[in-house]
Amino acid sequence: MKASLFITCLSDIFYPEVGKSLVNVLEKLGVSLDFPEGQSCCGQPAYNSGYREDAEKAAKHMIRVFKDSPNVVTPSGSCAAMVRHYYPMMFANDPVWSGKAQELADKTFEFSEFIVKVLKKTDLGAVYPAKVTYHHSCHMKRGIRVEEEPVQLIKSIKGITFVDLPYKEDCCGFGGTFSVKMPEISEQMVDEKIQHVYETEADILVGSDLGCIMNIGGRLRRKGKPVEVLHTAQLLERGLNHGK
Amino acid sequence: MENKSAFKDRVKIAVQDDYLQKSVQNAQERFRTQREMAMNDLGNFQEWRNRAQEIRAHVIENLDSYLEQLSENVEKNGGYVYFAATKEEAVEYVTQLAKKKQAKSVIKSKSMVSEEIHLNQALEKLDVEVVESDLGEYIIQLAKETPSHIIAPAIHKNRKQIAELFSRVAGETLSDDTKTLTAFARRQLREKFLKADIGISGCNFAIAESGSVVLVTNEGNGRLTTTLPKTHVAIMGMERLVPTWEDLDVLLSLLPRSATGQRITSYVTAITGPRKHEDGDGPEEFHLVIVDNGRSSILGTRYQQVLNCIRCGACLNVCPVYRHIGGHAYGGVYSGPIGAVLTPLLEGIEKWKELPYASSLCGACTDVCPVKIPLHDYLIFLRQDVVDAKLTPFSERMAFKGFGFAAERKAIYDFSVAMAHKVLKPFSNESHIEKGPGPLSDWTDVKDFPLPPKDSFRSWWKEEKGGDKIGK
Ligand code: SF4
Repeated sequence: MKASLFITCLSDIFYPEVGKSLVNVLEKLGVSLDFPEGQSCCGQPAYNSGYREDAEKAAKHMIRVFKDSPNVVTPSGSCAAMVRHYYPMMFANDPVWSGKAQELADKTFEFSEFIVKVLKKTDLGAVYPAKVTYHHSCHMKRGIRVEEEPVQLIKSIKGITFVDLPYKEDCCGFGGTFSVKMPEISEQMVDEKIQHVYETEADILVGSDLGCIMNIGGRLRRKGKPVEVLHTAQLLERGLNHGK
Repeated sequence: MENKSAFKDRVKIAVQDDYLQKSVQNAQERFRTQREMAMNDLGNFQEWRNRAQEIRAHVIENLDSYLEQLSENVEKNGGYVYFAATKEEAVEYVTQLAKKKQAKSVIKSKSMVSEEIHLNQALEKLDVEVVESDLGEYIIQLAKETPSHIIAPAIHKNRKQIAELFSRVAGETLSDDTKTLTAFARRQLREKFLKADIGISGCNFAIAESGSVVLVTNEGNGRLTTTLPKTHVAIMGMERLVPTWEDLDVLLSLLPRSATGQRITSYVTAITGPRKHEDGDGPEEFHLVIVDNGRSSILGTRYQQVLNCIRCGACLNVCPVYRHIGGHAYGGVYSGPIGAVLTPLLEGIEKWKELPYASSLCGACTDVCPVKIPLHDYLIFLRQDVVDAKLTPFSERMAFKGFGFAAERKAIYDFSVAMAHKVLKPFSNESHIEKGPGPLSDWTDVKDFPLPPKDSFRSWWKEEKGGDKIGK
């Protein structure tokens, strides 16, 4: 199986570790990966802020970059949702680009979704003792309807005690520029989320979107109560390396 | 006047109001859980939604002919129909009618449209006493406020506050138990019902095939409002109609369930024209005021589906932003996600340019809407309109221009990535930034920001995997 990595700007710049975990886990599963270096950002910040033209530039660029890739895998639920949901919508009336946008949409997968739906694996044989809870990011859950897959993979790790996050369907208050445009509301939202995380008494909070991880993780760190925040790929990698 | 600081100010006040938040959150919780249960026992929610959406979309696409059919039938039944293009026209019609009837008092049953056109104030100017008969509306009327929720207008008030309001009217201190309060309201309202000259109601749905107006209420006051006074005026938004009784059935299965989680509300009142010879009760005159007020300008645009809305309030009940700021912060008659979409569409984006940003785009509203309005997509479209009208700050426009430019050009993007660490390093303590410069401070005021590591993913890949492609 071949796939191209779409590492997204947040992961590339702030969380390269997540990208590396993605590579390590997928390679262990026998996927041969490439990283088209021309990639930049999917255009989501511009699109969600209403800058359609600038977002279209980013989108066309991405479509060109991944033109020859058989599959595209990304560590971000919201960037996957951008490509899958909004690219076709953006170019719906464009005879040249609509087909190409749809093509990329059809072959783009979020990391856990790729493992479960494309590679058809739900247990990677990982082992890691920890109490874990999971944050469902909005764009992943509602945008591309990937909800069960990451939880399935986490639960398959031997030694994991999984606790459901109360009010898991609620937004953490990130929302891209929302967190800086509406800081007061965003702060209250993330505080409520953190309260729920504390209630689970988990050691690790796992997520599939680096925006949410940055938001919740940043607030947890400020509050000074230690709960580790990881991407699904990072937890799986730990589990695969455990005891080795 | 709506402007940025006014909206921000309202938000600031709201987020500091612990009481407001607690009561909104409690109500949300209750409505959410009940809704889920009620939807489950309806079975196959998605199919119901599809049908409801089809009905609504069909009506909106054929609005002209259904409005015509409706007004023909209302007139056939002996009622009068008035089509008001603007809110001023609607108000004028009702106030003229009040003058003609020499009305001293009006009793009302909940109507968002009458809030939209500010009818109460206009009637009060004529020295007509206006009394809201819905308990929630009555409470906020006494408090001189506007509704903060589409379905539960006084959601933000607690029993103690209500007892204070009622005590003022009663001239004595009332206890704040529910029984005393409802008994007091009932006594007050009963008297008002009996002496009212005109009854004014909203209209949840109008049935084109029969010319009937259907009201959904919880307290039965809709029925009293429309039967006791000699004249009944129903005010409806021009989109609130369905072709047949059968269609109504579908929407009535969804409305109360989506709103409060009730399987059906206590009262569904259908009115077909004024009283006839053989009728035991009912008004002598029936007027239907159909209000456009900006709605027809939405027809044929990419926002057309917003006219599908049945005002159930489900989107408010799941919205995390509404949860923390309540309804008044939105500043318009309609609050929550539907308000953030509808208000700018009805009243202009210039005046309401802040509202489309009052959302984290989490999509919970879109997911819950029984008639499938893509609310969060519409919020993005509205932001596009704000940008196209050049209403965003110059610095932001330039920033996104730079973004689009860099996103297309690998060298510039690579350079920015490489620079991120260097630029932010001085502000950090090893791994995180606790006090960021410039625009970053909005973030670092409340939470830590990660310092970009020295090596980005792409530089690691180059080093480790030796460049462009492997596995070929
Ligand atoms: S937008 Fe949908 S969920 Fe919100 S009030 Fe209207 S019908 Fe109900």
